[in-house]
Amino acid sequence: MINFEYTRVSSAKAAVSTKAKHAASQFIAGGTNLVDLMKKGVTAPQRLIDINALPLKDISNDAKGLTIGALVPNSVAAENNLVTEKYPLLAMALNAGASAQLRNMATTGGNIMQRTRCPYFYDITMPCNKRQPQSGCGAMEGYNRMHAIFGASEKCIAVHPSDMCVALAALNATVHVSGAKGEKKISFVDFHRLPGDTPQLDNNLQTGELITAVHIPSNRFNKSYYLKVRDRLSYAFALVSVAVALEVSDGVIKSASIAMGGVAHKPWRLTVVEKFLIGKTISQQVFTEAAEIAMEGAKTYTHNAYKIALSKAAIVEALTKATS
Amino acid sequence: MDNNCKNEGRRDFLKKSTAIAVLTAATPILLKAAENDETIAAYFEKVPLELEINGQLHKLSVEPRVTLLDLLREQLGLTGTKKGCDHGQCGCCTVHVDGKRINSCLSLAVTNHGKKITTIEGLAKGEELHPMQQAFMKHDGFQCGYCTPGQIMSAIGCIREGHADTAENVREYMSGNICRCGAYPNIVDAIMEVKKGGKPV
Repeated sequence: MINFEYTRVSSAKAAVSTKAKHAASQFIAGGTNLVDLMKKGVTAPQRLIDINALPLKDISNDAKGLTIGALVPNSVAAENNLVTEKYPLLAMALNAGASAQLRNMATTGGNIMQRTRCPYFYDITMPCNKRQPQSGCGAMEGYNRMHAIFGASEKCIAVHPSDMCVALAALNATVHVSGAKGEKKISFVDFHRLPGDTPQLDNNLQTGELITAVHIPSNRFNKSYYLKVRDRLSYAFALVSVAVALEVSDGVIKSASIAMGGVAHKPWRLTVVEKFLIGKTISQQVFTEAAEIAMEGAKTYTHNAYKIALSKAAIVEALTKATS
Repeated sequence: MDNNCKNEGRRDFLKKSTAIAVLTAATPILLKAAENDETIAAYFEKVPLELEINGQLHKLSVEPRVTLLDLLREQLGLTGTKKGCDHGQCGCCTVHVDGKRINSCLSLAVTNHGKKITTIEGLAKGEELHPMQQAFMKHDGFQCGYCTPGQIMSAIGCIREGHADTAENVREYMSGNICRCGAYPNIVDAIMEVKKGGKPV
């Protein structure tokens, strides 16, 4: 690993001011992704700002919803009673991610900031517009089995790897951010970006901004399920995943929120499907129609056409599991 | 080549080279205390680091880029913790930090300042092995043994976290530890037995 300067800070204010002073610096918390990227030479920050001592480790609940501090480990959030009782979709998604060891290390903020696991991004001998802008995309004509079917561009077909983020997108979460200009809130669905012409930008955070918390608004969803399909039963990234949150009354869907993972550069909300489901009575036929609608506009590549059929089956299965 | 050298195992070599490294590492610590309780280290500067490892306080000095795994193995000679993939995919390097299992290969040593670390060397009480170590021996929970320290540290975490009630749960919550020999059924048996035995882990 290339050497770097190191700063340990104890407040969000100090973190933000240190970042402002050192342009080529990055925050580090759990480090599960960043340390790996540094070992591989994918990224080489001049300075790491250690934010582990910041007081961002609380989970709190009020009438408006649940707030999870940016430094709450994924395992703590997954086991927290407020999360498992009020937002079981999030707990399911968290437990579907990584391994027990990694969930103990990985933080809420870090999970949001993790980078794609596209093998061409990780292999520094390969072209990758995300790692090195204008160098080309190795995946486009390469082995693109894991890659996007929605929202990709000529520059990048990578997918966002998180499970947690798929649930947060479905739950209409908000990311709380602290920066030199003060505090701000970013809607979760607007946080991550599609690749477009600038695939090097994963999200809409501005330079120097720090995630301090995630807020999930209270909701009326009474049925939810997170389904993850992967190459092995546990401890693998999603081929596709589906987060379903429904408000169901007397067998009729009153409101729906559905997001998919493994299909796009960001958690992919199925807004057209959500509208279609409202007012429908639960049935396999409705779910099958929903899955057909969900795949409209999908674009596949040499090795990932299977994701269409897999996604449809996963959507039907997730809706069925959520409502049974 | 003399006989001593010829018979020297890799483990002894590592420990001796560690001693040499300690002697040569007597470079001055250049550390600046800045505003906001910041700790700052420039390139190649070492950072003072306090860790309690297996019950013993260590006052160390490390470069920021050193992982907890490399610190344990190369600076402290605690070679029980293994380096497998070095990328958080195999679980060989599992240790406990403040009682929780983590992958030490993906954790920078400096980010663990003030924490309590337990490695496989810290489990036994004198000659008495930890119940999980005994169960792994009884159930033959290994073949080559390379993944075993990580498996045992992870298994203890699995029970502590309350995820060892069923074999299915054990398999799910032990999925971060890969065994290329395929001793999984015996590993699950060992963990289930310790859980049912009810001894504190």
